Amino acid sequence: MTKENRVLFTKEMKKTHKILIPNMMDTHFRIMAPIFKAEGYDVELLHNSGSTVVESGLKYVHNDTCYPALLVIGQMIDALNSGKYDLDKVALLITQTGGGCRASNYIHLLRKGLEKAGYSQIPVISLNLSGLENNPGFKLTFKLLRKLLAGVVYGDCIMQLSNQIRPYEITKGETDELVSKMMNMCSDVLNSNKGYKLKEIEHYCNIIVENFNKIKIEKVDKIKVGVVGEIYVKYAPLGNNHLEDFLKSQDVEYYMPGLMGFSIFKVDNRLEDIKLYGGNLFKKIAVGFLYDYLIKLEEVLYNSIKNNSDFIPIGRFEHTKKLVEGIVGYGSKMGEGWLLTAEMLELIEIGYENIICTQPFGCLPNHINGKGMIRKIVTKNPTANIVPIDYDPSATEVNQENRIKLMLAIAQENLENNLKNKDMN
Amino acid sequence: MRIGLDVGSTTIKCVVLDDMNNIIYKSYQRHFSKIVESTIELLITLDKDIIKGNKCKLMISGSAGMGMAQANNIPFVQEVYATKRAIGLLDEEIDVAIELGGEDAKILFLKGNMEVRMNGSCAGGTGAFIDQMATLLHCSVDEMNEMSKNANKTYTIASRCGVFAKSDIQPLLNQGATKEDISKSIFYAVVNQTIAGLAQGRLIKGKVLYLGGPLTFISELRNAFDHSLKIKGKLPENSLYFVSMGAANLSKDEGYLQDFVKSLKSYSDTTTFSYILPLFNNNDEYDEFEKRHDNEKVDSADINTYKGNAYLGIDAGSTTIKSVLIDTKGKVLLESYKPNSGNPIPIIKEFLQNLYSNYPNIKIVGSASTGYGEDIIKNAFRLDEGLVETMAHLKAAQAFKPDVDFIIDIGGQDMKCFKIKNNTIDNIFLNEACSSGCGSFLQTFAEALGYDIKDFAKKGILADKPVDLGSRCTVFMNSSVKQAQKDGASIENISAGLSISVVKNAIYKVIRPSSIDALGKNIVVQGGTFYNDAVLRAFENELGINVVRPNIAGLMGAYGAALYVKEKGYTHSNILSLKELENFEHSVSQTNCGLCENHCQLTINRFDNGRKYISGNRCERPITKKIKSRLNMYEYKRNLLMEYKPIKGNRGKIGIPLGLNMYELLPFWHTFFTELGFEVVTSPFSNRDIYLQGQASIPSDTVCFPAKLMHGHIEELIKMNVDTIFYPCMSYNFDENKTDNNYNCPVVAYYPEVIEANMPNIEKVTFIYDYLGLHRKKEFPIKAKQMLDKYFDNINLKDVIKACKKSYEEHDKYLNKVYEKGWEMIEEARKENKPIIVLAGRPYHIDPEISHGIDQLITGFDMAVISEEVIASKVKEKIEVNVLNQWTYHGRLYDAAHYISTQDDMDLVQLVSFGCGVDAITTDECREILEANGKIYTQIKIDEITNLGACKIRLRSLFAANQR
Repeated sequence: MTKENRVLFTKEMKKTHKILIPNMMDTHFRIMAPIFKAEGYDVELLHNSGSTVVESGLKYVHNDTCYPALLVIGQMIDALNSGKYDLDKVALLITQTGGGCRASNYIHLLRKGLEKAGYSQIPVISLNLSGLENNPGFKLTFKLLRKLLAGVVYGDCIMQLSNQIRPYEITKGETDELVSKMMNMCSDVLNSNKGYKLKEIEHYCNIIVENFNKIKIEKVDKIKVGVVGEIYVKYAPLGNNHLEDFLKSQDVEYYMPGLMGFSIFKVDNRLEDIKLYGGNLFKKIAVGFLYDYLIKLEEVLYNSIKNNSDFIPIGRFEHTKKLVEGIVGYGSKMGEGWLLTAEMLELIEIGYENIICTQPFGCLPNHINGKGMIRKIVTKNPTANIVPIDYDPSATEVNQENRIKLMLAIAQENLENNLKNKDMN
Repeated sequence: MRIGLDVGSTTIKCVVLDDMNNIIYKSYQRHFSKIVESTIELLITLDKDIIKGNKCKLMISGSAGMGMAQANNIPFVQEVYATKRAIGLLDEEIDVAIELGGEDAKILFLKGNMEVRMNGSCAGGTGAFIDQMATLLHCSVDEMNEMSKNANKTYTIASRCGVFAKSDIQPLLNQGATKEDISKSIFYAVVNQTIAGLAQGRLIKGKVLYLGGPLTFISELRNAFDHSLKIKGKLPENSLYFVSMGAANLSKDEGYLQDFVKSLKSYSDTTTFSYILPLFNNNDEYDEFEKRHDNEKVDSADINTYKGNAYLGIDAGSTTIKSVLIDTKGKVLLESYKPNSGNPIPIIKEFLQNLYSNYPNIKIVGSASTGYGEDIIKNAFRLDEGLVETMAHLKAAQAFKPDVDFIIDIGGQDMKCFKIKNNTIDNIFLNEACSSGCGSFLQTFAEALGYDIKDFAKKGILADKPVDLGSRCTVFMNSSVKQAQKDGASIENISAGLSISVVKNAIYKVIRPSSIDALGKNIVVQGGTFYNDAVLRAFENELGINVVRPNIAGLMGAYGAALYVKEKGYTHSNILSLKELENFEHSVSQTNCGLCENHCQLTINRFDNGRKYISGNRCERPITKKIKSRLNMYEYKRNLLMEYKPIKGNRGKIGIPLGLNMYELLPFWHTFFTELGFEVVTSPFSNRDIYLQGQASIPSDTVCFPAKLMHGHIEELIKMNVDTIFYPCMSYNFDENKTDNNYNCPVVAYYPEVIEANMPNIEKVTFIYDYLGLHRKKEFPIKAKQMLDKYFDNINLKDVIKACKKSYEEHDKYLNKVYEKGWEMIEEARKENKPIIVLAGRPYHIDPEISHGIDQLITGFDMAVISEEVIASKVKEKIEVNVLNQWTYHGRLYDAAHYISTQDDMDLVQLVSFGCGVDAITTDECREILEANGKIYTQIKIDEITNLGACKIRLRSLFAANQR
């Protein structure tokens, strides 16, 4: 099968086929999946996990490929193997970034894997902003895009607030209960074709903040951990051996920069490219329009948290970007690019000096922006306590947890010293 | 009283401190993976003898103790943190502590900005690694230490992981290098690994402490650290116990040991590891299985009654030596299977002497050798033939199953699989060095757990819950096994799990069939590892079909070699006679070849009357004294680049590191800066020294070797006193209009950022690493001017425009020269009827330190070597591929594969650097393009060290397949 005669997702299929979506960020994706439903697509978010997912990945994907590819494709093929779906009436959806990183090839690796597994009849839809592949039955309309972006905003909002509240809640489980409630509210709103215009987004963000404000907390001093890294292993429990659960068990507060920053980053790259190498003025204006829109969305979210609560609002892209000036160039855009470095700096700035930098084993861009920049960050911020953790099918939890525990032991010492100093003053 | 337990991967260390931090008790014992049991025993002893039933404080540390501590609510502290605490108790200030353990390596930087580094998912360079090496050398670690004192030289040995090192050491042993030299080399490998993997740019200086088992017990290892770091480190008192001392010191809550023991006892009954289906459901299944395989026997004849001609085959493998003697009908007369103990020569000598004296009625009329030691054995004993091991195995398998269509051989070190089509080898899969653990891995593991390999393997056969260990590089399995042990898996289940892992590795890492059916229906399995019924069963289960395991599974190479020489129709053999054997002498000396810039370390084996055999050479020159082949594009390109010499200018010197994309962009940048009045100097081609110079500042130990080399090139340029170093970041490459996008890979694109962020010396020069885009020819001069203005005065736009124009022209000129010469060579090769090998990689693969002279190895076989862009230049239009074709350099590979698949006299050999993530995509695609057109795909993985032996097997098998 060559690229030209790939299986298209036709207009008829829109009516007959179920589209399977791999899960990466539970909160976000559960808000966003119903959006497709409102647009007439029958979608299902995959939740299958366990060793058969990894095994399917190993079986059908080149084992030296990055771990996220292995997992995402493994999860899809494992789902097809499960017998739960009518194989003639199912399609797969995968994002495609189009950057210089290997990740742009996921969709092709997926197709190769499908063919090997005997599923070559199944159409694969590329979700991308670069016009890489088109399907007659699937259109990323401006309205759909706006809804998805609204989903990103809601997801970020809920994630940031809940992560800051959960470790301190007085009634155990209250935060997570509210998370579910808010997620349902957001998906209901989007599903009924509302909640994606700026004003509406502001309205619902405020509701979310107000609700979280009501949770009673007891502020005690806890270790504050920031998590950055390759986008899939950073967020997906399947990719990071349930890192969030582990951190919860260690009784620390953790902060994960949201998806909004990454979205703006990918758009900003195009503008930076034009700045660095020259380019088409028309393209610059079009991309600039999208950029402005995203910044506005971010502003809404930022103000909503800032004005209505005492929580740390999300980092703002333009500020985060400024932090990395002189550390790594804006041209470094593949994968998470300079944003990864910038997020570490941002975390340090807002008090999360203990950082876990997650990456798939052998992740090419992270050789540069993750491991490659730690020395420079630590030289500038001597109290920063950063641990890079590699994830792959054979990296064992015990090793990963041991390394994180070391980071936490140092964090604990720093915390105690800080408290002592505070007392003395 | 305070008790600290350090539960490591192989040992438990215990310390009891009084309130003044005095040690009142300490113990050190191996736990043989019975972690919970050993801990319980230890606590009971402590309670009885030391604590006497009183209240005390207990703290556990160590990677293997974590789960146990957590589950039983025993306080736990991370071990590096504990070490740090213990160091704090010392009277003196310490700058750095280096601690090596069973499977961990750590460096603690204590002064100033405190930093702690520990090894990641790789267990290379640790105690387990040294143990493995000792096993390989058939000696104890103590003996290694003693031998190392008498060493004369060191070899370069990859220390990244044990498996890599093994594949370096084995050929050295087979080539006759001394154990003394190898022992010392191993210690230096550990040092290099520790520095490269953990120091990451931070200098190790000042007061340095050595801690942990290996550094305590091995004085020569400490000396190697001292020597490499140019320091005098200190081995403190109680160097084994720092973790436990720290843990004891950090202990807080009081309790009774009996309570902990009680809790641990109930804990040891619960199992939580993840497991897979058993190999056999019951004894009957096993009986049936045994019966079936018992039928697969070779015909044999009684050697005591046989008189007449016989043929001898010898397979000198990496860990064992196999010999088979057959009669004129092909029946086996005699077989022998021995460990090679590091030196195969005396073993063969003894074998032959016994053969001659015990069976005087037998006349050897033909003899052949195969395997790693093929050459040395053939030369030493004057055998008649040598053949590549893949051919030998094919011969033998066909004797069992004439219609065999797939052979898999898992030996001690290596795994060979080949598909057979039309009676020839159609496709070869060799394990890359990274997963070559195979049989010897099982063995090492058995020994580490205190079992003989045979008993160990047997234990797994009827295991009820084999541990699920996954299928990656076997070294990583160490930590998986550790976790399983922690979770209470029995030896039986671990044994079965390991056997299943080896099989999964073979199938999913090495062979990677598109479907199981693609392997074939008539499968013969061979190699010593398949004597292990658990491995055999796992293989059959995984494939879902029954396979043939000959009763001489471990001897198939030797058997095949004997059959081969028999088929050749020999009537007289030149093999050394009994008399000649009596006077047989073997001596070894070392020298460096001076015939080219590679300076190969040659090992010269001399046999009695002046016959000699040279090994260690990459090309045939030291042997044949032939001049270099003309038909080598790699050589031509290197020479062409050398022509870009510095030209004095009025703007001072500017340095360009010769690495990564500079291998192709040098003509452009050289012209550009020369035109603007700079004297452009470049670093030389890489060599080992250049690599070592930069090694300490590499932040990511898993990045590819070509990138790592850049650190050394920068150091080299700084030494050359340049004022400025130019090494731009480039997301984009030239657009050759044949790809969907024209990216560089992320490492090539942004490595200058890593250099700037991690090399302290870069501050000594002006480092220009701006983002530039040569793909935008129109805008580039303006952007270049802006860039130059940042660093230099009085740059004139007109001059820049002119320089740009000339540079673009020079770039084209350079490529055209390469294309023209390449096709000229192809013409010439065709005229002379020489096969053409397209050695396809990236521009930087022509660096002699990266490609390790593989180009010369190929020309040594009397073939032409052409590079990928030459072939790609023939493909004018965009070709259709099944991947996103978005990297300029990588697009050339697809083009080349596409073109080659239409040419009978061309073959593609792809060079792949370890750690190259992008090549996970290109290799599959190139393979598919070639195989769709019935061509054989060959891949060679290269790293800082390359096992040229494995390269040779691949190449010779390819040639053998082509000749048929």
